Amino acid sequence: MSGLLEVKNLSTHFNTEGGVVKAVDGVSYYVDEQEIVGVVGESGCGKSVTQLSVMQLVSIPGKIVGGEVIFEGRDLLKYPANGPEMRSVRGARIAMIFQEPMTSLNPVLTIEKQMTEMLQLHLGMGREAARYRAIELLGLVGISGAGNRINDYPHQFSGGMRQRVMIAMALSCNPKLLIADEPTTALDVTTQAQLLELMKEMVAKFRTSLIIVTHNLGVVARYAQRIYIMYAGRIVESGTTKDIFSNPRHPYTRGLLRCIPRLDEEKGRRLVPIHGLPPNLINMPPTCAFNPRCGEKSTRCTGNALTPLVHVGNGHYVGCVLNNEEKESEHRV
Amino acid sequence: MSQERLTGPAAIADISEIPPVVSEWSRFQRVFFQRKLVMFGLAVLLVVVFCAAFAHWLAPYDPYRGNMADSLVQPCWKYLLGTDIQGRDTLSRMIYGCRTVLMVGFITVTVAAIIGIPLGLMAGFFGGISNMIIMRAMDALMGFPFLLLALLLSAVLGGGIQNVIIALSIALVPGYARVMHGLTLSIKENDYILAERAMGASSRRTMFGHVLPNALAPMIVLATAQLGILILAEAGLSYLGIGIKPPGAAWGSMVADGYQYLLSNPVLSFAPGLAIMVVVFAFFMVGDGLRDALDPRLRGLL
Amino acid sequence: MAVVTLWLVTLVVFFAMRLLPGDPLIIFMGESVQSGNMTTEQLAKLRVEYGLDKPLVVQYLTWIAGLVHGNLGTSIHYHEDVGKLMAERFPITLHLGLLAFLIEATLGVLLGLVAAVRRGTWVDVAATTFANIGVCVPVFWLGLLLTYFFGLRLGLLPIAGYTSPFDDFWMSTKQIIMPVVCLAIGSMSFTARQMRSSMLEVVRQDYIRTAWSKGLRERTIILRHALKPSLIPVITVLGISAAMVLGGSVLVETVFAIPGVGRLLVSSIFAQDYVVIQSGTFVIATIIILLNLIVDISYGWIDPRIRYS
Repeated sequence: MSGLLEVKNLSTHFNTEGGVVKAVDGVSYYVDEQEIVGVVGESGCGKSVTQLSVMQLVSIPGKIVGGEVIFEGRDLLKYPANGPEMRSVRGARIAMIFQEPMTSLNPVLTIEKQMTEMLQLHLGMGREAARYRAIELLGLVGISGAGNRINDYPHQFSGGMRQRVMIAMALSCNPKLLIADEPTTALDVTTQAQLLELMKEMVAKFRTSLIIVTHNLGVVARYAQRIYIMYAGRIVESGTTKDIFSNPRHPYTRGLLRCIPRLDEEKGRRLVPIHGLPPNLINMPPTCAFNPRCGEKSTRCTGNALTPLVHVGNGHYVGCVLNNEEKESEHRV
Repeated sequence: MSQERLTGPAAIADISEIPPVVSEWSRFQRVFFQRKLVMFGLAVLLVVVFCAAFAHWLAPYDPYRGNMADSLVQPCWKYLLGTDIQGRDTLSRMIYGCRTVLMVGFITVTVAAIIGIPLGLMAGFFGGISNMIIMRAMDALMGFPFLLLALLLSAVLGGGIQNVIIALSIALVPGYARVMHGLTLSIKENDYILAERAMGASSRRTMFGHVLPNALAPMIVLATAQLGILILAEAGLSYLGIGIKPPGAAWGSMVADGYQYLLSNPVLSFAPGLAIMVVVFAFFMVGDGLRDALDPRLRGLL
Repeated sequence: MAVVTLWLVTLVVFFAMRLLPGDPLIIFMGESVQSGNMTTEQLAKLRVEYGLDKPLVVQYLTWIAGLVHGNLGTSIHYHEDVGKLMAERFPITLHLGLLAFLIEATLGVLLGLVAAVRRGTWVDVAATTFANIGVCVPVFWLGLLLTYFFGLRLGLLPIAGYTSPFDDFWMSTKQIIMPVVCLAIGSMSFTARQMRSSMLEVVRQDYIRTAWSKGLRERTIILRHALKPSLIPVITVLGISAAMVLGGSVLVETVFAIPGVGRLLVSSIFAQDYVVIQSGTFVIATIIILLNLIVDISYGWIDPRIRYS
């Protein structure tokens, strides 16, 4: 299967009063067609800014300072942020849903308006056709009485239903890639599960690839085929879901897995949190970011230049000096 | 992963807002003094204060009595801004006018604050029916155009500068009461207030010892903004002939007097009007600067 | 709520007049009593005529009753029915005020929108500077300035007076341009500032980010997605700017010698014609209440969340 999206060495910096925040620092990853990929990390690790950068939706004081975003063969970063090329990609080829369903829909416009404008813009549909299609889509995502509800305003829907609307909206123009940025974090657990199942079903139906950005390993464990672990604006480990869970290499990943309970392990294991706080991203030095919190560090760790990701087999990459035994490398990270 | 916070772009806003380690005072200084307009405003205010204080020595002529022989003179070296029909030097009258401006301004603002702030504080703190009544009354008064309210009140009280001050003060009270009320409500929500009550502090102590100091900064900002509005209103009133009348030196009435001679001696009306505008602008700018320096979060409120 | 305003203001004006030192009859009599050629009997008779012998509360209620029936009393100064005076002048003030309000509302919103959308550019700087200065300009001084330049020096516009647009449209327009400009500048600047900060706030919202992610163009996003939510706080402020316009009309009518309610009020104050002052206050309070009502209705129209609650 050909590569749908390939991000190479993306860097996005924020110029703040205190210094330069390297929110995204040389990040590379790829997504194939009809794949579900997870991007996991703590709050503030840059996983959301990465996705926004792909769509060139980063706002001042943020600025994409380097890298390539190759989507369907073209480097999107070459185009102006609000030019016709990016506009034809957004919504139509790459769609995004956001974390806060309560505030992500315009409160003064009807659902119909918010959905049909996309259909009319990208698919050139007429008003009637667009309305019909919108009702269809709402039905697909499980909103009953869609014919009536389409005239309602966002505040008349619950959080979970709003997120369904967002999903319907995002998929309405048949994009090739759907980016879901913490789609269920703001919802209760039951709704979370429903929504994730829905998304899985929808992307299969629409043959869309999906990137799930989350801090919740449980979510990616179930749904993603491959996972990228991010820390402090960098990818520290990547691989298939199975590999990451059964054989985590990076101390951070191991730390993450130690924090969460698992059904397939012995009872009574203590949950061990990772001590310390996420680093201050202002003026980060180009050395290992996890060092201060790492329980496995040795003398080899400090003072080194940043460890690049090294292939350790089966598409599994690790960015840790201590934990990489070099295997056959593939050409992609 | 134990800290669950909002992730996504909101988190990025978090990161870029990490403040550098500086003290509050130096931060205040930096923000306040960096804007040129604010500095301009401050300079203007200093000039006004200076003129008001040293009017006696600064003014070249007696502002109240003129030399009839030099009536309606154009601006020249002898009379820098010319003279009016009675031969009174415009410049001297302008300098003395600074006194009126400052006097009316500060007295009114102070009186209104003394009445309005406790009103809003108590209404907000105690809540209940009295709160509702007071605030409704304040809202009702605020709905009325400020100038008209002051006009009517000073008419009812009788003219003259004292009554104008009283009228303006009364008209200004609702503004203070309302803002103070809102501030009290939001400060009240803070946990440290709850802690005070739990420790057994009396209402009065909590109110004055804790709520009031926290409201101080916004109140100062409000006061400077109010001063600007006040000066405009007083000028309007004296233009209409209510308040200080000639030979008293008030910029508003000077503008009114100059109307008859607009074609021949436009400076008579232009100069005092320009002064009003510049001083009001200065107050607004300084108010903005104070607000940004003290707490930029107030941007939306004030 | 609005009724409270009305009630409060009328109460204040009514009672203040009667409670202040001095015989109210003297005031009611106006100039004619100065001549001192009234006998005690005649004075007593007049007292009864004016209802001043009755208790204050009764006087107040009588007046209210009169108001409800449209009887506003007789002017002391003009010796005419106040209702008639009002009816003559009200449309004039309405013409001036309404025109000024419409202009300041539309231009103010436009200015604020442009400044916000082009934040940081010269457009923003120019617009914000204009707005910042605009709120500081004394209305009457601006009137004089305009009179000087356009009226006296250039002779383009008449410097005073009013003509009804139904009588002579062209003249009416020429006469009303300067007054309207004076009235509109201050409140327009105020509105523009509010609109700008409101729009800047809206543009940061999540749903605008969603709109961008859908691939819409900037113009669509501004006009369809950002405009309505931005207007919500501005509408509140429109009530205040309308009050500013009303307040300013007093000054503008004086500068340009326009025979409206404002000017009547001012001359009544000097003539100590309290009947007119009372009624004038009442009329103005009514106008304000109506305006606030319109503001409240507009809220519902713009923000569907309020409509449905």
